[in-house]
Amino acid sequence: MYAYDEIDRTLVNERVSEFRDQVQRRLSGELTEDEFKMLRLQNGVYLQLHAYMFRVAIPYGTLASNQLRALAHVARKYDRGYGHFTTRQNIQFNWIKLSDLPDALSDLAEVGIHAMQTSGNNMRNVTSDQWAGVAPGEIEDPRIWSELIRQHTTLHPEFSFLPRKFKIAITASDHDRAAIKVHDIGLKLIKNEKGETGFEVLVGGGLGRTPFIGKTIKHFVHGRDLISYIEAILRVYNQYGRRDNIYKARIKILVHELGIEKFSREVEEEWQQIRHSSLEIDDEVIEDIRSRFIYPAYEKLPHMPDELRQAAADPGFEAWRKNSVSAHKNPGYSIVTISLKPIGAPPGDATADQMDALADLADRYSFGEIRVGHEQNLALPHVAKRDLPALWKALDKLGLATPNVNLITDIIACPGLDYCSLANARSIPIAQELTRRFANHELANLIGRLHINISGCINACGHHHVGHIGILGVEKNGEEVYQITIGGRADESAALGNLIGPGVKFDEVADVIEDIVEAYLALRERPEELFVDTVKRLGVEPFKERVYATR
Amino acid sequence: MTSPLQQKLKIAGPSVITANRTWDGVVVYRTAAKGWSVELTDAAIVRNSDEAKALLAEAVADDVGAIGPYIAPVQVDDAGKILPGNLREQIRRDGVTIGLPV
Amino acid sequence: MPLVNGGKIVDDSFVKLAVDTPLPESGDILVPAERFIGEADALLKRAGKVGVIWPNNRDIDELVPYLGKVATVALVFPSFRDGRAYSQARLLRERYNYRGDLRATGQVLRDQFVFMLRAGFDSFEVKKQADAEAFMQTAKRYSVFYQPTGDGRVTALHRRMQLRHSEAAGT
Repeated sequence: MYAYDEIDRTLVNERVSEFRDQVQRRLSGELTEDEFKMLRLQNGVYLQLHAYMFRVAIPYGTLASNQLRALAHVARKYDRGYGHFTTRQNIQFNWIKLSDLPDALSDLAEVGIHAMQTSGNNMRNVTSDQWAGVAPGEIEDPRIWSELIRQHTTLHPEFSFLPRKFKIAITASDHDRAAIKVHDIGLKLIKNEKGETGFEVLVGGGLGRTPFIGKTIKHFVHGRDLISYIEAILRVYNQYGRRDNIYKARIKILVHELGIEKFSREVEEEWQQIRHSSLEIDDEVIEDIRSRFIYPAYEKLPHMPDELRQAAADPGFEAWRKNSVSAHKNPGYSIVTISLKPIGAPPGDATADQMDALADLADRYSFGEIRVGHEQNLALPHVAKRDLPALWKALDKLGLATPNVNLITDIIACPGLDYCSLANARSIPIAQELTRRFANHELANLIGRLHINISGCINACGHHHVGHIGILGVEKNGEEVYQITIGGRADESAALGNLIGPGVKFDEVADVIEDIVEAYLALRERPEELFVDTVKRLGVEPFKERVYATR
Repeated sequence: MTSPLQQKLKIAGPSVITANRTWDGVVVYRTAAKGWSVELTDAAIVRNSDEAKALLAEAVADDVGAIGPYIAPVQVDDAGKILPGNLREQIRRDGVTIGLPV
Repeated sequence: MPLVNGGKIVDDSFVKLAVDTPLPESGDILVPAERFIGEADALLKRAGKVGVIWPNNRDIDELVPYLGKVATVALVFPSFRDGRAYSQARLLRERYNYRGDLRATGQVLRDQFVFMLRAGFDSFEVKKQADAEAFMQTAKRYSVFYQPTGDGRVTALHRRMQLRHSEAAGT
């Protein structure tokens, strides 16, 4: 948990003050919408179908309990009592009024929360692994570096008007939970032979209209050079990225058009000029940032406490424990994933009451810390194993203990046509119906790990390209039609899914998914073969046959 | 329901100009009285490209009142009542099609 | 369009010439890049100062040999959303040590002043009168800066280091 100091708080307050002035000039008419739009976007304020939408930053997905309470407060006071957690570890409020925004921001600033650069053509939230700092086998906490990058890219005078948005993600584990391969810059934290920290740097990944898997631009950038290297990439992008067509303006297009070799050379040339400058990070700076990350004072606790042994008799508890509880680097503790995907509900939402209750549970059982994952679930990162039964009971009462993490009903979906002005089709009702079809936990467990991603338009905010099953809503003759892909992956083996056939109508989507699942269950070599591996082994054809045989 | 942000200025039938109120984001419709109403039934109807362009220009100029105006299709029933012309406009008039968490 | 320099509105002595406008006998002139490069010797010889308007999609490398000789370099923001001139400005100041006047032109609005100052601009052709009048006040909006540029402002990281050292030294 990073502790903001006076300096960080001052910046946030200055930003709030500036925005208050900008809103006032907008409402008085002194600023036109054309002039104001970019300013409001730089503070995370979008216009959606029914209202403004307010996207609040949760840097690298880490929240303190008092911060989660502040989000609950905003939901209650300025919105309709709930919030939605996003695929980039942020939170969105869907019903906010422009006139209330300065106050909402001011309330959030009191606990060090802001909405800077959660939208606009600038550097967005630096996302990370929601298990950062506690995952077994992690090389070191990537959030230290995320914070370093966050500071460097906040209100950066040169890079606040880029050709398009810019997203960075960072992982420090072999298993990539941060989807770095589909980011503008992806960073993999590694050590060199001397044991020094550095990064494999990937560039040009991204989804949307033209999805690309990121390419390695440099195999090892020493930690001290990280900021200067990123600066070099940004400077090349700022100058040469396309500005004539918003659909061709991301860095992935520039990398694709120049080719990775030429792009690398441009970056290298720029970097050689700036690497030995004030951008070089010395150890003292790293230590300072590290010192302001507060780590829990873990107790020395048994790996198999009595409480756990006794609770094993309860099948409800066991089902949840096997599904939602993961190993922690400290054997007396666990990482608990909190499913925000209850059967029949919109995925990724939490009510203000749930947020407040979760903040209390975090205080009691997780050293006051909560995490947000890009798959739209939350996590409590430091739960003592002996506390698991009591925690489960509390979560269950709150509707936050659905044991479906990573299963077919743990769906990632964008807001879609119910909320979003860019959408062509609805995504949430598709997700809801799918959770109902596969509500039976035994069936879901039989199917095993299966990620469904749903996007309501080609902008792909639901990351459908990298879903094991991806569903893309389009519009055809005034009707909602859905294209279905299979075989995508977002992790270290990142791959784009393949279309199984012609689009299907809204009412047929759930049937089609059932057919796909049936085909998988019939075709898998053994129960442990994951859906996505069966697809890799057999290709699209057998699934296509099954789905389109009677259609 | 192709997002109007991708639309060309083409009128297929009766249409209205719709936008979102500047101070609170609420859905509004351009009226014949050069104002904005939250009721679709108060909207001015345009029936050809010229009328649409003129009304849209007026709406765009009034960005203190409302923002993001665009042309939306409507249906007019036998009684003359204006109804949404597609799912997107129905959602904007009636709200989300899913249950809200609270 | 008011010109702001030193934080206040000043008279603009420079006249902007197009590619083919005849050269006035005297007085300060601002010429477009292609004309400047083509006629540099003649322009620099005449009485009166000469400055160049450099487009944001043209490499500043070509301008570097003349940096010691021009009175001002005007960079362009065709839309306030187009941030290429920020990179050009920083390169001119920080890589090529340009010390002359650096002017922001195009769509220059109040909410970009701080970024522009940090990137190294010192003159501003401000679109709106009200914004020009509010320049000094706007320039003071922020006191905390995370990243270093050539403007010499102490970054947050360094301030923290200073605090740490003074704490350690018991001062």
